[in-house]
Amino acid sequence: MQRTKFILGGLLILAAVVYLIVSSTQASQEYFMTVDELKAEGASVVGKSVRLSGAVIGDSIQYDAENLSLTFDIVHVTGDNNEIEAQGGLAEVLHQAVTDTSRKRITVHYVGPQPDLLRNEAQAIITGKLGEDGVFQAEELLLKCPTRYEEAVPEQASTN
Amino acid sequence: MLAEFGYGVLVVTFIVTLYSGFAAIYGAQNNSASIVESARRAQLITFPLITIAAGTLIYLLVNNHFEVAFVYEVTSRSMPTYLKVTAWWGGQAGSLVFWSWLLAVFTSAVTLRKWERDAEFLPWVILVSSITLAFFVGMVVFYENPFARYWVINGDVQPSMFPPAGTTLFTPQDGQGLNPLLRHPGMVIHPPMLYLGFVSFVIPYAFAMAALITGRTDDRWIRITRRWSLWAWLFLSLGLVLGGRWAYDVLGWGGYWGWDPVEIAAFMPWLTGTAFLHSVMIQEKRGLLKHWNMILVILTYALVIFGTFLTRSGVLSSVHAFANSPIGPFFMGFVSLTFIASLALVIKRWPELRSETEMKSMLSREALFLLNNLLFISILVVCFWGVIYPLISELATGSKVTVGPPYYERATAPLFAGLLFLMAVAPLSAWGHSTVQTLGRAIWKSAVAALIVTGIAFATFTKNVVALVGFFLIALVLFATLHEFWRGAVARQKAQNENIFTALYRLMARNRRRYGGYIIHISMALMAIGILGIEVFQAETQGQLATGEKLDISGYTVEYKEVAQWDNVPEQVNYTRATVDVYRDGIFIGQLHPRKDMYFSGQPMSIPGQYSTLRDDLYVLLVDWEPISNAGATFKIYVNPLVNWMWIGSLTFLIGLAFASWPDRDPADEPVRRRVTRDTKQTSAAD
Repeated sequence: MQRTKFILGGLLILAAVVYLIVSSTQASQEYFMTVDELKAEGASVVGKSVRLSGAVIGDSIQYDAENLSLTFDIVHVTGDNNEIEAQGGLAEVLHQAVTDTSRKRITVHYVGPQPDLLRNEAQAIITGKLGEDGVFQAEELLLKCPTRYEEAVPEQASTN
Repeated sequence: MLAEFGYGVLVVTFIVTLYSGFAAIYGAQNNSASIVESARRAQLITFPLITIAAGTLIYLLVNNHFEVAFVYEVTSRSMPTYLKVTAWWGGQAGSLVFWSWLLAVFTSAVTLRKWERDAEFLPWVILVSSITLAFFVGMVVFYENPFARYWVINGDVQPSMFPPAGTTLFTPQDGQGLNPLLRHPGMVIHPPMLYLGFVSFVIPYAFAMAALITGRTDDRWIRITRRWSLWAWLFLSLGLVLGGRWAYDVLGWGGYWGWDPVEIAAFMPWLTGTAFLHSVMIQEKRGLLKHWNMILVILTYALVIFGTFLTRSGVLSSVHAFANSPIGPFFMGFVSLTFIASLALVIKRWPELRSETEMKSMLSREALFLLNNLLFISILVVCFWGVIYPLISELATGSKVTVGPPYYERATAPLFAGLLFLMAVAPLSAWGHSTVQTLGRAIWKSAVAALIVTGIAFATFTKNVVALVGFFLIALVLFATLHEFWRGAVARQKAQNENIFTALYRLMARNRRRYGGYIIHISMALMAIGILGIEVFQAETQGQLATGEKLDISGYTVEYKEVAQWDNVPEQVNYTRATVDVYRDGIFIGQLHPRKDMYFSGQPMSIPGQYSTLRDDLYVLLVDWEPISNAGATFKIYVNPLVNWMWIGSLTFLIGLAFASWPDRDPADEPVRRRVTRDTKQTSAAD
């Protein structure tokens, strides 16, 4: 009798937790995409929550401090880590992406203060939605400068 | 020369740990006390050995030996000496050495204890700590060597330990330096605290394994390690709080917790550790949940190793980045191997770990503790699911899908609410048996008081349902817990004829774990006030102000005065400092100086101006400014209500933990008594 009660109680809790996880996942899931994938999907992802990754192009950063309106372009970087490794690490891949003018790019618009880490060749992970006009409206910016923990070789190397 | 020396010492350490592990097994199997003693001595030597290696590394760091790749990556000439020392754990290779060093400190402390009564545990404790230490030292020796130097090899500069013959050493002029964001006192002590917490959990795990292997599966291992688990938990909690404080002070986004995978990695062992601390009490008192405790300590160990890897590998927002690090597969291999081996041991000893009594009542203390455990594990599952979801979805559907902070907030909020409720109710329930009536009698006064508080909150400042439920639960915990102190003190006052303060003091001093635990519960409720404040009531505004212009937010007025800019050449940084006047409800209360530091390396850093009270924090960020004229500057302003209670709660938390773990009588010295199997009703005061 007691045993059945405990088992029932346990099943109830299990069901509640499964419900919480499933419903919260559905409510807040974001598609993780590269610039190429987003371009390929096109209109079908307009309005959906997307987490977009790419490399920041430093020259394109424009900031209107009065309206806290920030726009910049990001360029396609592969999302496959084995490929990144094969091409010489994240820093190298980001550098190649920014210098390669043939790659697909997308303009990002964000309202808010300019993040400290937003600079040329930073890896950007941007949460937001693709607008009708093809501009990606960002709600959250995550930036990462890969040089810190990577095996960066001293710059003096080239002059030696 | 020094680099080779340091590396050589590490290699020797690696061999010694292997020896001590093998000797421990061999000694145990052949019943040879002298071989086990030799393993114990080998274990003891690892501490001085790693200390020498670490000392060498610190010497290289402090003296600008930039030919060493690790030194080049984490220090620069402009850094003060104390930061050069702490750069030891500023990068992956160094922090693995740091981890090994802490583990050597702890295992030495453990091997030096009195072992007469537990001689059969000794070889297995040595074995588990040796395996763990060998893994970390091996990682340093074979993959993440902090002593590798730069060599010119075929015209390229490459870090290497054993360069080919004929290559020359390359010495950069200056190092890259530690990221300025990390040059903060909070960041200097945050990693060591976290690591201390991680490493101390290895000890309870080692004893648990020893208990399983020897078959001595009574409570002995729990008693020996009770204090270790408490300290581990203390350090882990401190590490988490300090990390939050650092984010709040330095990162300039107005919060302290972002559900980043790295944060979650440190949070997961905390969850299992907290569950473990609670459920061992059930085993000690009632002889229940023995399998469960083993599984919890095994899980904690696995999550500690996993967390060590995640927190240092620079993974930011993608679990895919794992594979990036060459040591990733080894970490995963080690975690899986130890996990499977440990579970196999639990299964082998399954019959011996049977419960001594049965759980009889759904409302008994042990049943509520079990429920508390289930909630902690549910939060763990939510977190783990969130971290691995992208991998699963990619395997299942081919498209990468991630979940962000809203997922965690939505899924964990009801579970945290359940924990708060249990925190109020469980201490009032009795071991063995409780009913709705007995519990209701114990809690109704606190519930009425909490309802009154909630009513006042509803009438005066909020109609938000989440906030009201939260306030009710927090007030319930506070009243119920304080009432417990009061009830105990009054009872003792009557019985012993003491004055109320003496009675309270003696009551607490005789039941340290119980009342220390209650202080911790109060702290958790205080921290919950801060979390609720920032989650529900945070207000923000932003705007560009010319001199003399104002911004209003939540009763505050911020008036822009001026901005000043200057270089600090020794520190390699340019400061921009704004001055704003702050008024609250029209009354001048002071000036704030939000700053933007631009390091010459290109790394900017926003230091908020903070005006902090118990009611709320005004948090002003300088976003941008007109460089030449004093025409204007842009600010982003947050008002974070009640956030200070978060830090106040962390302080009382420390007091509670110090109180609970104060050394009066070592729990390991207590004899393992036969438990009285009581089924009669008891008051909850009879612990």
